[in-house]
Amino acid sequence: MARFLTRRLLNYVVLCVLATFLAYALASLTFDPLARLRERNPPPPATTIAAKEAALNLDEPIPLRFSTWATGVVAGDFGETVTAGEISDQLWRRVGVSLRLFLLGTVIGVVLGVILGVVSAIRQYKISDYVTTLFSFLVLSTPVFVIGTLLKVAWLPVNQAAGTQILYFTGEFSAGFSGTWWEGVVNRLQHLVLPTVAIALGQIAYFSRYQRSAMLDVLGSDFLRTAQAKGLTRRRALFKHGLRTALIPMATLFAFGFGLLITGGVFTERIFGFFGMGDWLITGVAQQDANIVATVTLFIAVLVLFSGWLSDVLYAALDPRVRLS
Amino acid sequence: MAVPMTETAASPARTSSPITPPKGATGRGRLVRRRFRRNTFGMVSGVVLILLFVGAFVSPWFYPFDYRQQDDLFLLTPPSPTHWFGTSKLGEDLFAQTMRGLQKSLVIGLLVAALSTGLAAVVGAAAGYFGKATDRSLMWVVDLLLVLPSFLVVAILSPLFRGGSWLLLVLLLGLFSWMITARIVRGMTLSLREREFVKAARFMGMPAWQIILKHLLPNMASLLIIDATVNVGAAILAETSLSFFGFGIQPPDVSLGTLIASGTESALTFPWLFLFPAGLLVLTVLAVNFLGDGLRDALDPTSTRSRRRG
Repeated sequence: MARFLTRRLLNYVVLCVLATFLAYALASLTFDPLARLRERNPPPPATTIAAKEAALNLDEPIPLRFSTWATGVVAGDFGETVTAGEISDQLWRRVGVSLRLFLLGTVIGVVLGVILGVVSAIRQYKISDYVTTLFSFLVLSTPVFVIGTLLKVAWLPVNQAAGTQILYFTGEFSAGFSGTWWEGVVNRLQHLVLPTVAIALGQIAYFSRYQRSAMLDVLGSDFLRTAQAKGLTRRRALFKHGLRTALIPMATLFAFGFGLLITGGVFTERIFGFFGMGDWLITGVAQQDANIVATVTLFIAVLVLFSGWLSDVLYAALDPRVRLS
Repeated sequence: MAVPMTETAASPARTSSPITPPKGATGRGRLVRRRFRRNTFGMVSGVVLILLFVGAFVSPWFYPFDYRQQDDLFLLTPPSPTHWFGTSKLGEDLFAQTMRGLQKSLVIGLLVAALSTGLAAVVGAAAGYFGKATDRSLMWVVDLLLVLPSFLVVAILSPLFRGGSWLLLVLLLGLFSWMITARIVRGMTLSLREREFVKAARFMGMPAWQIILKHLLPNMASLLIIDATVNVGAAILAETSLSFFGFGIQPPDVSLGTLIASGTESALTFPWLFLFPAGLLVLTVLAVNFLGDGLRDALDPTSTRSRRRG
């Protein structure tokens, strides 16, 4: 078991490094970080451009540049941005912002999605089932940037009716905010609600769809009939035997759903003015900055692989056949 | 389904056998069609999609305004009989722009879905059929590409098609969105590989690529059709998302994504700028998804969705 886990971990590390290298190489090939400098009016002297070029190591071949950057990363230094800022200065704050959003979105999405899916399967072809199905189809067909904008539009009248800002539309907290610690927390929460809803809706729709069909599968199965035949109530049979089996395929889907979540997160951060990793990626591409792009890629790769590992653990926890073999 | 579908489909026409099937016999195609017609959502979606296609490609022929044309007398006007969807702040007609955007999104969606599903079929079937080192290396590539989201890669490469062709965007989206389907195809190949007709073909000396093309893939036709349909929706969403950030379709051309991006800021003040392109986008993807769902029910009746609990 230990050897298996070590090999798995090693594979993950290789995948992370390779994914980051690919992103770094592609970014270095297509980006032109000096373009902004050259187009400046009046044009800067040639020595300034050359100095910038040297500072960004642009004269070196890409693998060498990458290894310089990667060595720094191992020591905790993620390099400089094109605009001469340190990446490490912003990194952890941005990681925190994104993780808070992703974590809340996933937890709310998985829990509500599973509940909705189960209810809709148990009450198949009832009104609630049709409403849930229609809701999930609609959400899955709507891009996050439309959902985000619609949420803003829908909430504005509520704020106006209340006369104060109950929930905020942009930023993580009010600029120039001062108050007690508790007021700070409330203020952050007021900013967090709408983006979290925007991100969670997609997850709820995604998981409820699959949970519904997994649950329907189980409902028709023999072992559930047996459980009821031996005297369990329907409710007990459903939750003790049915739900657990129906949750197994969700563990695998969890890893795939995470990719959806990250792309959705990029939009949500951008629309609601959260300065997280997704926002940074867009900024990085706009500023033609290979270091930022590679850092964000590393972050995404680690998250995706962690979710893959977590889905394996969940699978083993739910399915005794995996644990015992 | 044990017999390769190409042969069942082709044999009656080729060999005009004396035993002609009685009139009104239920062939597979007939069954599928009947099952699909019963699905109201699927049928409605099909009609909606046809209307959207006709609207997107035919309306420019008779609609008096071009998507690039600026009408100086109508700046930021709400929908009216002259400008059906209203105008933008430069006086561009929003109906013409939306139809142009819809054209782009539909074409890109179809091309990307065809490309990615084809790629997924070939890679998945090769991995499953050859097994061993081929399987391991191909699945490793799948893992790698799953770690690297397509959105990220296309965003990084976006400077390439600034001023370049949108076909490059299609190619990139297709190249980075086949992984999940490939995994499913691989799983199905693993079980098909051991079936008698595949073994027979192998022992008769049929080369591997022919077995894959003639025996394995036709037997997964229903899965591939369903997945291709679902992938059309996913591709349209991916394209509009990239265009929303300016990483996809580049001006002066428009797509639903760029239209929604410019309408978002004024969603409250001039709602038609946002609602029409966003509404049409949601309608399109929704119709594609319902169509895919209906096809799944019709082609694959044993799938869980359509099964009533006993």
